[in-house]
Amino acid sequence: MKIYIPCDAAALAMGAEKVARAIESQLKARRIDAQIVRNGSRGLLWLEPLVEVETTEGRIAYGPVTAESVAGLFDAGFAKGGEHALRLGVTEEIPFLKMQERLTFARCGITDPLSLADYIAHDGYRGLERALKMEPPAIVEEVANSGLRGRGGAGFPTGIKWRTVLNAKADRKYIVCNADEGDSGTYADRLLMEGDPFVLIEGMTIAGIAVGATRGYIYIRSEYPHAFRTVQKAIAIARDKAYLGPSVAGSGKAFDLEARLGAGAYICGEETALLESLEGRRGQIRPKPPLPAIEGLFGKPTVVNNVISLATVPIILNKGAQFYQDFGMGRSRGTLTIQLAGNIKHCGLVEKAFGLTLREAIYDFGGGTATGRPLRAVQVGGPLGAYFPESLLDTPLDYEAFAAKRGLVGHGGIVVFDDTADLAKQARYAMEFCAIESCGKCTPCRIGSTRGVEVIDRILTNQERSRNLQLLDDLCETMVDGSLCALGGLTPYPVLSALQYFPDDFRKPAPAPQDADASQEISSWR
Amino acid sequence: MSQIQAFDADRALARIQELKHLDGALLPILHALQDEFGYVDEVAVPLIADALNISKAEVQGVVSFYHDFRPLPPGRHVLRLCRAESCQSMGCDKTIAHVERRLGVKLGETTPDGAFTLRDVFCLGLCAHSPAAMLDGEPHGRVTPQVADMLIESAGRRQ
Repeated sequence: MKIYIPCDAAALAMGAEKVARAIESQLKARRIDAQIVRNGSRGLLWLEPLVEVETTEGRIAYGPVTAESVAGLFDAGFAKGGEHALRLGVTEEIPFLKMQERLTFARCGITDPLSLADYIAHDGYRGLERALKMEPPAIVEEVANSGLRGRGGAGFPTGIKWRTVLNAKADRKYIVCNADEGDSGTYADRLLMEGDPFVLIEGMTIAGIAVGATRGYIYIRSEYPHAFRTVQKAIAIARDKAYLGPSVAGSGKAFDLEARLGAGAYICGEETALLESLEGRRGQIRPKPPLPAIEGLFGKPTVVNNVISLATVPIILNKGAQFYQDFGMGRSRGTLTIQLAGNIKHCGLVEKAFGLTLREAIYDFGGGTATGRPLRAVQVGGPLGAYFPESLLDTPLDYEAFAAKRGLVGHGGIVVFDDTADLAKQARYAMEFCAIESCGKCTPCRIGSTRGVEVIDRILTNQERSRNLQLLDDLCETMVDGSLCALGGLTPYPVLSALQYFPDDFRKPAPAPQDADASQEISSWR
Repeated sequence: MSQIQAFDADRALARIQELKHLDGALLPILHALQDEFGYVDEVAVPLIADALNISKAEVQGVVSFYHDFRPLPPGRHVLRLCRAESCQSMGCDKTIAHVERRLGVKLGETTPDGAFTLRDVFCLGLCAHSPAAMLDGEPHGRVTPQVADMLIESAGRRQ
């Protein structure tokens, strides 16, 4: 008999370690013979720690389990799937999970993240097996035909990036995984690296073989120490079993990997800053061109892809481009890993074909706000994403549909705010965050963000209100047009959307009667 | 955080020598020194510059660029409170104000008795359990002022 207790950081943050100790001591005291497996998270995060027991009916879930509830669970026959207030039934039948389309996250939470045998038993390394029988250009075309687009936020077609690197001539090429998941409200990369690291390793190996790269790096942010340790261990295991090294799976083709730790700089999620950081320098962005696909890490052609993009490659190779292409809408093919965060009742990971609306994500999956108060604003895509009001909730989660509303799907994080939120404060914070995290390369971002905080402060204290609103508008326009990367270029989006949709929040403490409506004064935004 | 040792130039040099062969070795070296000593002592800067054949200014520039690298030893416990959007939506401001009052220091400061360093962080990837915190590298969710009190008390008892 097996009992599954997640080792994911979110489960640990809610006491999974204490729960594991309590379960161990109950098993001993009651002389029950059971094996404890530390699995990844199923992504039903509001139920963490979610403990599962293997029974003849399937895996039965209990959650959220606390150390204090463990003795009572055993009294209720938990080891045999017995009835209890915390019993959630067969895990796969929980609606939040049953309504999903898990492709990239197919194994996450089911297996022991560091068991290669488990990985292989659950369809692991089938994509690589097929890739090794193909010519490299055919692998690249398979990825291109799947319609996969970069899941880090920019949505650039992965196959085109790979094709550029494949066609570049060089003595050395690199695969770099961007695991600097810094956007608030996102945790899909972390969940995957902690719950199914071999799928990322397999995806990077396929990428290496496809474009002719022999070396890869996974750049993981330092705020994710658990993910870093898990990935490091998984790399060592894969190398030990010859899935990495001079002859990958006996193919004669070389590919090896190293995990590297970031050092607390949001900007290193930008691909060129990440490359600078990997090379041992300040994380300052590089102007493009040259594209990293031509001159990337150490000046060599480099594929830089997000964790989810790379981890999706194995299923595309295993099941074929058409299988993946059949999910999604418009030009957004496949699945999006939506992360419900902030003030949401049922927070967790939802993998679903593109096209689900924001409302469906927040209400059908998320169950509305955690506080039970009315929803006021939603920020999708991290700190550079626009704040949407209730009236935009029917926007489908699709790159183009969001862009049309001046929004950003980004990495798929959805942060919900209830009616206590002050959007002027959020707008000010967006500028403040940009000031703290700017790499300093471009003046509009480095200086503009600090000036932005000051201008918003003047608006909020009604100092020359109209003039300062105009100034903020000009400043935002300069940042959008004059910054080299998305940090300076997109920070205006949360600011101006807050101003457009929530103008009343900018009228404190006492509005001057002659003032025009703030949203009417913003011209460049429209 | 009992495994942290007082800074020792010979041991620092040994760690630098172990890692200098890596491509892009600077960040791994700085992390290794900080893991061992809790901070990057200024004495290490010329040692690193020499080993990697780069200027001291380049090393110093990298140390100062990244929020993680500290020029001074931290307190015995490091408490990091997330203040990014998801945690804001669940009231992290209240928790932060409470902890600042309780410890008598602001974010980024260390208590005079050297017990706690309080730091902010922009997202721990624990956004489903906002407000989130990390105490000595261990994650904690739903950190209300009361939970923060419990964390501080339990860390204080561990010393």
